[in-house]
Amino acid sequence: MKQDFKILGTRPARPDGLDKVTGKAMFGADKSVTGMLHARILRSPHAHAEIVSIDTSKAEALAGVKAVITGDDFADVESRWTRYTMQNCMAQGRALYDGHAVAAVAAISKTVAAKALKLIEVEYSVLPHVTDVDEAMAPGAPVLHEGVKARKLGDDVSGNTVGYYSFGHGNPETGFAEADEVIERTFKTAAVHQGYIEPHSCLADLGGDGRGELWCSTQGHYMVREVCSEILGIDASQLRVTASEIGGGFGGKTTVFIEPVALKLSQKAGKPVKLVMSREEVFRASGPTMSSSIDVKIGMSKAGKIKGAHAKLRYQGGAFPYQMVMMGAMSAFAAYDLEHVQAEGWDVMTNRPKMISYRAPGAPMAVYAVESVMDELCQKLGLDPIDTRLLNAAREGTKSSYGPTFKAIGLVEALEAAKAHPHYSAPLAPNTGRGVSCGFWFNFGGQVSVSMAINADGTVSLIEGNPDIGGSRASISMMAAEALGIEYDRIRTIVGDTASVGFSDVTDGSRVTFAVGIATINAAKAAIKEMCKRAAKIWEIDAEAVEWVDGAAQPTGHNAGDFPPMSLAEIAAISGKTGGPIAGHHEGAPDKAGVSFGVHMVDVEVDPETGFTSIKRYTAFQDVGKAIHPAYVEGQIQGGAVQGIGWALNEEYIYGEDGLLQNPGFLDYRIPVASDLPMIEPVIIEVPNPGHPYGVRGCGETAIVPPLAAVANGVAQAMGVRMFELPMSPPKILKAL
Amino acid sequence: MSKIHVTTQVNGDAVEFLCEPDETLLDVLRDRLNLTGAKEGCGTGDCGACSVTLNGRLVASCLVLGAEVAGSAIETVEGVGTADALHPIQQHLLDHAALQCGICTPGIIVAAKALLVQNPDPSEGEVRYWLAGNLCRCTGYDKIIRAVLSAAAEMRGENA
Repeated sequence: MKQDFKILGTRPARPDGLDKVTGKAMFGADKSVTGMLHARILRSPHAHAEIVSIDTSKAEALAGVKAVITGDDFADVESRWTRYTMQNCMAQGRALYDGHAVAAVAAISKTVAAKALKLIEVEYSVLPHVTDVDEAMAPGAPVLHEGVKARKLGDDVSGNTVGYYSFGHGNPETGFAEADEVIERTFKTAAVHQGYIEPHSCLADLGGDGRGELWCSTQGHYMVREVCSEILGIDASQLRVTASEIGGGFGGKTTVFIEPVALKLSQKAGKPVKLVMSREEVFRASGPTMSSSIDVKIGMSKAGKIKGAHAKLRYQGGAFPYQMVMMGAMSAFAAYDLEHVQAEGWDVMTNRPKMISYRAPGAPMAVYAVESVMDELCQKLGLDPIDTRLLNAAREGTKSSYGPTFKAIGLVEALEAAKAHPHYSAPLAPNTGRGVSCGFWFNFGGQVSVSMAINADGTVSLIEGNPDIGGSRASISMMAAEALGIEYDRIRTIVGDTASVGFSDVTDGSRVTFAVGIATINAAKAAIKEMCKRAAKIWEIDAEAVEWVDGAAQPTGHNAGDFPPMSLAEIAAISGKTGGPIAGHHEGAPDKAGVSFGVHMVDVEVDPETGFTSIKRYTAFQDVGKAIHPAYVEGQIQGGAVQGIGWALNEEYIYGEDGLLQNPGFLDYRIPVASDLPMIEPVIIEVPNPGHPYGVRGCGETAIVPPLAAVANGVAQAMGVRMFELPMSPPKILKAL
Repeated sequence: MSKIHVTTQVNGDAVEFLCEPDETLLDVLRDRLNLTGAKEGCGTGDCGACSVTLNGRLVASCLVLGAEVAGSAIETVEGVGTADALHPIQQHLLDHAALQCGICTPGIIVAAKALLVQNPDPSEGEVRYWLAGNLCRCTGYDKIIRAVLSAAAEMRGENA
């Protein structure tokens, strides 16, 4: 594995930076075209209701209205997963949650579109609803969809229970019998929203001939193309999707919410249609992540060795079948080397918006519950929380709780760095507590395509297919520069549209820097091979007798020193005379992403008068394999930590008895603001991933996993009372005190 | 309902436009003047992505009506600096890697500039409270706060 880098580890400016600080960058809602219409969506005011009838005639008659659609305008599709996505975009027959789309209009202005919405008459027949996970799972609960209950499950759970998973080895009961102390607790965590500042937005233009253009804010424009072309019944090749700059996603833009609606309206009206969600719509009808109800039981010896561990995770993921609790069940005990462990998970439907991933989806709440019980055991047995975690820590060769055996991982290194950090030994003020937690994320690989052109002036144009959500154009340019041996600023990386480069999976799972990185390095290798061939041709020697060193071809073997090296620029300049343009490309599906661990440490102060918790100091340690651009890695760690702090302290979807969302706005759904926080100190640990030529691991998601328990453990110490529910908002803390 | 004719000044240039009586300044800037630097994150004044200055005062342009701004001086992110001549706040945001997705960045720049006009030497706490109305979901604010503090120091001539 390469260890000696010229470009990796430096901190150049990002290629998209200048446009973003001058207001020039084009986000989803920033594009307009001549003659476009504006669309709006009518949403259900009920948590669960049969749609008896929809009368759109008055809206259609309003001057300036060009198209009105309902669920009836969408034909059925073959894949049931696509059908769920389609019916989430536009209800068919039943409205399944407060905010569920039931009709949409396109008109000549926003004002006319808003007026038209009020003229649509919907007759509802209200049905019983359920929004709580435990209630939805109980027999007798109103069932969202019949016939989708997970096989193998009995009558003790309702038909809303659409998934069941179990991971582990050994027998936890044997472990509990051997333990000196066993603690079992039940936890609840609220649903939270990804909270990206840019609402979903798109501009669709679909002609009657089935050829279309779609501009949208998404984490995966190929995914958008596949799903939309299936829903619209058109060929994928005929729908060209371009990803705008994306104003945050965090997993929330890995599906479609509005794009099929805008395309259908455009098709019907014969004009381009712009559709932008309001913030209220974002909260009511996009995102959120799952809420949970979790039991965790851990048995420990007096010395701190975990003897047995068992978790039961019940997640609700909204109004359609979904599969995500599996990630929680796999993550729950991943940090530990255990003989007896089991983690079970149930996916449950409720009358809430359909869940979508949020940064390390499924892991934060599972790890919160496990790490809270770990903390309580350490307190009870008088053990040091870091030493105890070190004693049990997974390391290279550990058979993980979810099956695979770990290769080189950096949990021990992160724990040791945490223990040695001055933060850990700093004195604590009154009403203040210090919490620690581990965290884990898998990181993904997946399908990827990169195309790289060597230009005649010695520069390089690189096209990849993954929207840049965290600075990946910079990291990809850096890896290309490293591989080619040229300067960073001679490379321009762009995110191509779906017609310009091959298929690429969604930007998720912390996969882009890893997977696109591998494709970039391989594309560079292909270009280098061709450049060596060209040099060989010029020198009239065998291509095998040419090697690439420091950005130049040079003769090797018995030809060594016969000719002066030819740089990339020199070879490129005459490429037209040596065989034409030079390029490299790579398509593949790398799978050795390398898991990542983090350890967070936080000092919190709880005000006994108000119940308000403030974060006094925060340090986050994380193994990232190799930090390509350390400042952007730090940014990922800091951003993830703060999202986790919000989850722990403030953020929650609040539903009334009526099943309606009570806080669909940033005033009442309170994400952390600048004045809530101190500086967040990131500590980068580099244990190279053997599955990447430069040692890279994904780094974007792990940091949201540890904060929930770290903050909760700090609060428990500060208050002297432990909370078992998130968020730990001031009213709940006051009540517990 | 007839439109209202408004004459005003944006980023130093005289402009005129027609707008609906209920149209916000943000909509006017974005839809009628093609200045899309100010963003709509919420439309209710909670997120700060639409921050502009109106006669020197920091406002959420989603809470101002277009019809109200006749005869005013408005500054948006497009007026703060250019690619060739970045404002120190813009330069320091880049240098500190203080933006990720960048959707909040225009609002942060306009708000931070307004702070430094009235308080050239703010403490960390003063920057944090001033920017409490500008939501950022990517960065955790750390690098933004450092960038604003170091831009302020440069503007005071301390680390230029």
